[in-house]
Amino acid sequence: MSEGKRNGRRFHTIIALVEDRPGVLNRIASKWRQRGFNIESLAVGHSETPGLSRMTFVVDASHDADQVVKQLDKLVDVVDIRDVSHEDIVAREMALIKVRCDAGNRSHIIEIVDIFRANIIDVSPESVIVEVTGDEGKIDAMFELLKDYGVIEMVRTGRVAMLRGAEASHPVGEGEESYERYPGQETW
Amino acid sequence: MEMTGAEMILECLAREGVEAIFGLPGGANLPLYDTLPKFYPKIRHYLVRHEQGAAHAADAYARVTGRPGVCFATSGPGATNLVTGIANAWMDSVPLVAITGSVIRPLIGRDGFQEADITGITIPITKHNYLVLDVNEIPRVMREAFYIASTGRPGPVLVDIPRDVQQERGQFYWPEKVELRGYRPRIYPDPAEVEKAARLIYESERPLILAGHGVIISQAYYELKELAEKGNIPVITTLLGISGFPPDHPLYMGMPGMHGMHWNNLAISEADLIIGIGMRFDDRVTGRLKDFAPLAKIVHIEVDPAEVGKNVRPAAALVGDARVCLQQLNRLVQHRERPDWFARLDELKREHPSLVYPEDAAQILPQYVIQKIYEVSGGDAYFVTGVGQHQMWAAQFFWSRKPNSFVTSGGLGTMGFEVPAAIGVQIAKPGELVWAICGDGGFQMTMEELGVVAEYDLPIKFAIINNGHHGMVRQWQSLFYRGNLVASPLKNPDFVKIAEAYGILALRATRREEVVPALERALAHQGPVLIDVHVKQDEDCFPMVPPGASLQETIGLPKEYIELVRRRQMAEVGR
Ligand SMILES: Cc1ncc(C[n+]2csc(CCOP(=O)(O)OP(=O)(O)O)c2C)c(N)n1
Ligand SMILES: [Mg+2]
Repeated sequence: MSEGKRNGRRFHTIIALVEDRPGVLNRIASKWRQRGFNIESLAVGHSETPGLSRMTFVVDASHDADQVVKQLDKLVDVVDIRDVSHEDIVAREMALIKVRCDAGNRSHIIEIVDIFRANIIDVSPESVIVEVTGDEGKIDAMFELLKDYGVIEMVRTGRVAMLRGAEASHPVGEGEESYERYPGQETW
Repeated sequence: MEMTGAEMILECLAREGVEAIFGLPGGANLPLYDTLPKFYPKIRHYLVRHEQGAAHAADAYARVTGRPGVCFATSGPGATNLVTGIANAWMDSVPLVAITGSVIRPLIGRDGFQEADITGITIPITKHNYLVLDVNEIPRVMREAFYIASTGRPGPVLVDIPRDVQQERGQFYWPEKVELRGYRPRIYPDPAEVEKAARLIYESERPLILAGHGVIISQAYYELKELAEKGNIPVITTLLGISGFPPDHPLYMGMPGMHGMHWNNLAISEADLIIGIGMRFDDRVTGRLKDFAPLAKIVHIEVDPAEVGKNVRPAAALVGDARVCLQQLNRLVQHRERPDWFARLDELKREHPSLVYPEDAAQILPQYVIQKIYEVSGGDAYFVTGVGQHQMWAAQFFWSRKPNSFVTSGGLGTMGFEVPAAIGVQIAKPGELVWAICGDGGFQMTMEELGVVAEYDLPIKFAIINNGHHGMVRQWQSLFYRGNLVASPLKNPDFVKIAEAYGILALRATRREEVVPALERALAHQGPVLIDVHVKQDEDCFPMVPPGASLQETIGLPKEYIELVRRRQMAEVGR
């Protein structure tokens, strides 16, 4: 599911390579906010290149996401950005779900966790924390099943995405031009 | 070399070739002011009376020189006073470098006295901005600021520097090159698109050029004229494209859009090709977008990729510097006779006159004053306007022999631009004639800057088109709000006395016969002059596209005005 349609809304998956500096997130969020587009999820972390961060956003932008992407591309701190909604990508999200349980039903939860190939990463007398990775649908399904036991809290990382195959998602060095505006004539 | 932060800032400005700074001091930029005398007279500082004036003056300075304008303000209220001026430069793609002092580093984010998060505030209205927390970063940041402001699609950049960073000492290291991996403005268009555009132009029977600010920014005057003449294509200029093409050229058609020439709005609706150059198909140009140029294919020449495809879908898109694009296009463009099209345009011009008014009106008509200002200046002057009716008439009747001589607030439509902008132009162009065509409303928004005019004896000629109203608002209320004139009538001060209080020569014209003598007297006077012209209060500005309407629905001039033309034409035929 790269271009999602949930609850009748259209989600775009957009990936960006940005300078790792204060304020970058603010500049980017500002453009979406100006248009009233909601950011469904946002994941940020280091990229393979020192000094550059990699972002993945999922944005609810029924129309004109393209226009905002072009605006974002103009930001000095944005090195590359692309809407990969229609491309062949892998996309994953991770969630931590804290579920209420006791000796009586713990084994049921373990069964669910096994089916989803998730992990239990913390156990207490009254709870477990489940770590699950997958697409949003898988996490939603897992959450639905665990709800009956009593979910105390859940945290999701938001989607991270990259292109399949050997190609880099953000080609670097492309379109490099040095800029000089030669003065024109000052007369007609 | 070791220097203080303040010295570094000024050293960078000097290296960038900055000669004029507009600003106002305060606690957070005092180290900068303390250092200014060391750089005098290489760098001159002009003390404005309100920071908005500094931003507008620097903006206008940049428009007429093509180099970034620079303004200074202190933290908090000083910085926030710049905001309107920065937004104005942002909307009109003007290179502006705003340098603000900010509270000392230990106080940032703690609501210290006069703190405002100016970098946060200006994110949406700057191309980029910086908060400098390390003195050694100053040279790189300043270099980048000027580079970003002036390249690609120009725009404002703000640099916020805490007072303690200005005072700290550091090593001055001037980077030879700017390296910004995320910023690569386009210059050269895709050759395939250039070919496509040339083919579309050749195939077109009814082409029109719509030239915008980009022509002036890239100094593509010659190339635009070459395209028009070589391709035999009429030229329309947008509000900010005015003075990008000679107004007396046989191919010139004037302005389109909301208060543009009626013939242009109809011609656009009949054209089969629109060549937009350095313009963005703004709603004031296009009218209701879905009915804009219904028969036309579009060639869009534009430096900003985000503008391409934003409002219209181009059949060919040349993304790059307007001048470079035109040079490449002109090589391929072929001449074509288009007798039917030119005959049709002549017919539209005849049937829909847009530049007439009764010359014998009992009261002074604003159009008359504006046309006379152009006439007495002999085409050799800069014309700065405010925002409103007088601005639209100034655009309609524009006549000058100078490229880039029309300075106006387009995108933001900022009243009060006229006074400080005229100051910026006069300082950039000493020895040249500068007219400020002012609204009585707008003038009062920034008239404190007369202090600057007087202090530096700037020989600007101010003409207040005094209609006793926020004229454009009155016009909308009269046309669209049942004549319910709320908050548009103005109780004005005596503008003559105001000018005189500053020691500025002031004249008044209340009858038509007084207009030209007053203008001539103003020209003869060496120093600044203010003329308060009392014009007819309820004159409406036509043609007009009602808000939300299409260009085809343009309201033409009043019938009586058109009758005048008919009678004149008949008289000529009879002769
Ligand atoms: C700063 C600002 N506030 C409000 C407006 C809205 N506005 C547009 S035109 C206008 C009236 C301008 O009056 P004046 O300067 O006298 O010019 P006129 O239209 O009378 O020629 C107003 C209030 C504006 N453009 N800018
Ligand atoms: Mg007025």
